[in-house]
Amino acid sequence: MSMIEIENLTRRFGSFVAVNHIGFTVERGEVLGFLGPNGAGKSTTMKMITGFLAPSSGTVRVEGFDVQRDPIEVKARIGYLPEGAPLWPDMSPGRFLEFIAGVRGLSGADATARIKDAVAKTQIGSVLAQPIETLSKGFKRRVGLAQALLHDPDVLILDEPTDGLDPNQKHEVRQLIADMSGEKAIVISTHILEEVEAVCTRAIIIAKGKIVADATPGELLAQSDQHNAVSLQISGDMDIARGLLQALPVVASVEISHRNRLFIRPKGGAQILNDVGVAMRAHDIQIDEIHLARGHLDQVFRTITTVQ
Amino acid sequence: MTNTLFVVRRELADYFATPVAYVFIVIFLTLLGSLAFFMGNFFSRGQADLAAFFQFHPWVYMLLIPAISMRMWAEERKSGTIELLMTLPLSLTQVVIGKYLASVIFAAISLALTFPFWITVNFLGSPDNGIILAGYVGSLFMAAGFLAVGSFVSALTKNQVIAFVTTTAACFVLIASGAPIVLGFFSGWAPKIMIDFIASLSFLTHFADIAKGVLDFRDIVYFLSLIAVFLFANTVAVNRLKAE
Repeated sequence: MSMIEIENLTRRFGSFVAVNHIGFTVERGEVLGFLGPNGAGKSTTMKMITGFLAPSSGTVRVEGFDVQRDPIEVKARIGYLPEGAPLWPDMSPGRFLEFIAGVRGLSGADATARIKDAVAKTQIGSVLAQPIETLSKGFKRRVGLAQALLHDPDVLILDEPTDGLDPNQKHEVRQLIADMSGEKAIVISTHILEEVEAVCTRAIIIAKGKIVADATPGELLAQSDQHNAVSLQISGDMDIARGLLQALPVVASVEISHRNRLFIRPKGGAQILNDVGVAMRAHDIQIDEIHLARGHLDQVFRTITTVQ
Repeated sequence: MTNTLFVVRRELADYFATPVAYVFIVIFLTLLGSLAFFMGNFFSRGQADLAAFFQFHPWVYMLLIPAISMRMWAEERKSGTIELLMTLPLSLTQVVIGKYLASVIFAAISLALTFPFWITVNFLGSPDNGIILAGYVGSLFMAAGFLAVGSFVSALTKNQVIAFVTTTAACFVLIASGAPIVLGFFSGWAPKIMIDFIASLSFLTHFADIAKGVLDFRDIVYFLSLIAVFLFANTVAVNRLKAE
């Protein structure tokens, strides 16, 4: 049984279709990156999975429970960080987590231990007694995250978990997600594409309410026309080198990008690094620098989401 | 029901986490005190009862209860915390009742702090404490009724000012439908049964009964059914509007 099963999920707001017949499943051990332009339907989908928003049609099942029929069962199994990490401003994180623990059915030593664990994981120990409204954006986000992790749920739905964090905090949160990924099913939404490469095992791109791509980050990268391209800096005559490279059967195109830099695109994403090296050395052209491009996810993202 | 209690506790803590609760209680007591003394002739009436004090309760509630109820749902919707609340393993009924109970407990605390009036009349004379107790019970029922209306109105808007003004207006209608001036307007032409119906909708009519020391079953049923109707409407409103 999949941890999350979504079939034909649709949500309309008036005549606007925010989410249009989407379906996918998430297994234990997967970290699913949910990508898409603003307004594509990412948050709406997450709100439907977590039972906040009723679907117009379609079904969501979490660990076998239908969110429409057994909302409490579903909510008990999910840890959810809503968009913007809303929190009650007058509460302190300590009291807030105690409240969450109570509602989640934890009490006594068990609750204390879980709170301690979530506080340690999100590193909010220094601000537990302060009112939440006095905290920085980064701390607020991590308090929201601590809330989602508190009951050690099997399913985590995190809407932009690293938004507003500084690079160090981003790294820590990604590390945290990576550490938990083995035993949970995790869905994160983001528009930071490096995050997808860093933590996700799979990425779904949605645009205008529809799934336009569902693949591993590697597969998405492979769709980039710069995937496996070679950037080369040489000492020697640029035109000769260019001619040599263009003659190679695996090469699609050669551009002179800067004064002494060549950018070589392969045919069909083939590995050409070695061919390029061999060709240069055979003609005694000195290579100063050689670099293999992996492609750019944001370029793939742009291509996929603007084509529609 | 432990879940409801968690909600009650969180809400109550929220009231007292900011100066709001203290400002409210101080204004509530000052207003009731000055009205009873200056307009109600609390002392010069020369009677050992709290009628001079209780007669202003409907009007003070009309002004102050909306200030408690306005944020109950409007603020949760505006700040987005409603999403947090509604994705916890709580039922909507538990949340609605929990939030409502917290507001009633807060009103009860404010009301209980008027005990110096009770001490004063007992010090100066020998009042019928049964009637006074009935007055307090009636007053609490009235506050609870207004809070149910206010909670419902608060769920209809994200704007606390709108919630406040609308609730005040609704409270006014609920009070005034029993006032002589309104009933006088109808009495010239409307059939008696209709006038009785309008009067029976009023908080004033039912509160006056209870405050006389007559704890009539019908008055209690009136307040309880009004509360039930508005809390049910509250649930429907939250369910429909939470995500907008």
